[in-house]
Amino acid sequence: MAITRFPEDKGLSARMGLTMFLLGLLYVVFVAVLFVVIKSVLFVLVLAGGLLFAQYFFSDKIALFSMGAKEVTREQAPELHAMVERLCVMADMPKPRVAIANTDVPNAFATGRTPEAAVVAVTRGIMHRLEPQELEAVLAHELSHVAHRDVAVMTIASFLGLVAGLLTRVLFYSGIYGGGFGGRDDRDGGGAAPVMVIMLVSALVYVISFLLTRALSRYRELSADRSGAILTGAPSQLASALTKISGDMGRIPTRDLRKAETVNALAFAPAVSKGFSLSSMFDTHPPLQQRLDQLAEIEAELGKSG
Amino acid sequence: MSLLDTILGRTKPKGPQLSALFSLPAAAVTLETAAGLKTSGQAAVAFKTVSGGGFAATTTDLDALLELSAKESDSKLKQSEDSYGYHWIVITDPELEDLVGTAHAINTTLEEQGFGPQLLCSVFPFAGGTQTVNMVYLYKRGTFYPFASAAKETRDNQLELKVRALLDHELPIEKDLARWYPLWGLPLG
Repeated sequence: MAITRFPEDKGLSARMGLTMFLLGLLYVVFVAVLFVVIKSVLFVLVLAGGLLFAQYFFSDKIALFSMGAKEVTREQAPELHAMVERLCVMADMPKPRVAIANTDVPNAFATGRTPEAAVVAVTRGIMHRLEPQELEAVLAHELSHVAHRDVAVMTIASFLGLVAGLLTRVLFYSGIYGGGFGGRDDRDGGGAAPVMVIMLVSALVYVISFLLTRALSRYRELSADRSGAILTGAPSQLASALTKISGDMGRIPTRDLRKAETVNALAFAPAVSKGFSLSSMFDTHPPLQQRLDQLAEIEAELGKSG
Repeated sequence: MSLLDTILGRTKPKGPQLSALFSLPAAAVTLETAAGLKTSGQAAVAFKTVSGGGFAATTTDLDALLELSAKESDSKLKQSEDSYGYHWIVITDPELEDLVGTAHAINTTLEEQGFGPQLLCSVFPFAGGTQTVNMVYLYKRGTFYPFASAAKETRDNQLELKVRALLDHELPIEKDLARWYPLWGLPLG
């Protein structure tokens, strides 16, 4: 019997499962509260559902557009294509489309709801800064996101936060201008109390789901690091790529970065609309040290002889 | 990938399928009679190296095994790294059976040591006249596809499709044409 070299991280899986369970629980409680307090939640759900749908089906285009990335053909970037192809052969997955963003900020991201519709994108900055083996490690990380269907998972996971955030905003403004829910409820003699309750609950739900979604995103990142490092067989290459990028990322304030931030603030669910970027931009990623520690662990596991 | 794996965000490394390789010698007969293509007397196995002592020990074993099998079958071996970080073992032997046998020995050694997921592909070139077609074996899918290069970095798709038509019943040919990836700059010849 052959030896199994590539162990999974049971602790990581367990923590991720718990986070998802809590998100689901929060969702159920939130919906229950909504139905008890007001009956006309339908329009909120339809609106939020529409946004979710759009984000789910156009996630690849949204992400590519917000990063200014363009799909490249095999002739335009033969080495990048060959690198992706070989990794896909190793992992036995369909080859995603390949895109390059013409910006100097070192970053990479993957997007698309299914492995068949996926796009893997890198910036010019990352291609210039990294050695080929490091770039390959980064691509393996992004391909792992594709294989794990992280865009679909995170879109669904952030749905609740989206609804709650929307509801908070709608009620806040309708309260200010005295229209919307408040006005109608007043005529029935119900008063503003239920609206206040929904607003508070929504705000609370929004905060909690935001934190949980971020935690989930960080676990997905660690998972992608693990799978990617195992795919290339060289955890140290990903570690050195991360060190280079995070170092540069923290230091260079360029116009492109501010532009990226503006786009991100406009989007409802940052983790989804910007795809799965490699750098630790918006706390959707675990701290560098934690990622390096995990990679060192994998390195040790792989290195065991016999 | 199962739903549970998706939810937990994990992938298991995909292991190789090794046995389909042995259907190549029979298919080679068809290639020779129908298209005049014969083995060029070479084959290559490509895999991704792994950092650390475990893999280093395995390659030492592999070198010893290869030395032994080279003595037995009179085949010559050459090892090299390509620009994408893959390790190539090129076997030179006039007999296709010996080429397949040695390639299989390399595969099983890696598999037994738990490095099966590191195997990328193996390549068996067939030549006749001015034409050369490489039969590429994809370990993870257990399928073959033809890869024929024409001029510099262009493919002879006509020849490739002709080879597919010839061998469709004798070899598991990769059905998804999008996975017929080119392999430029093979360390053969």
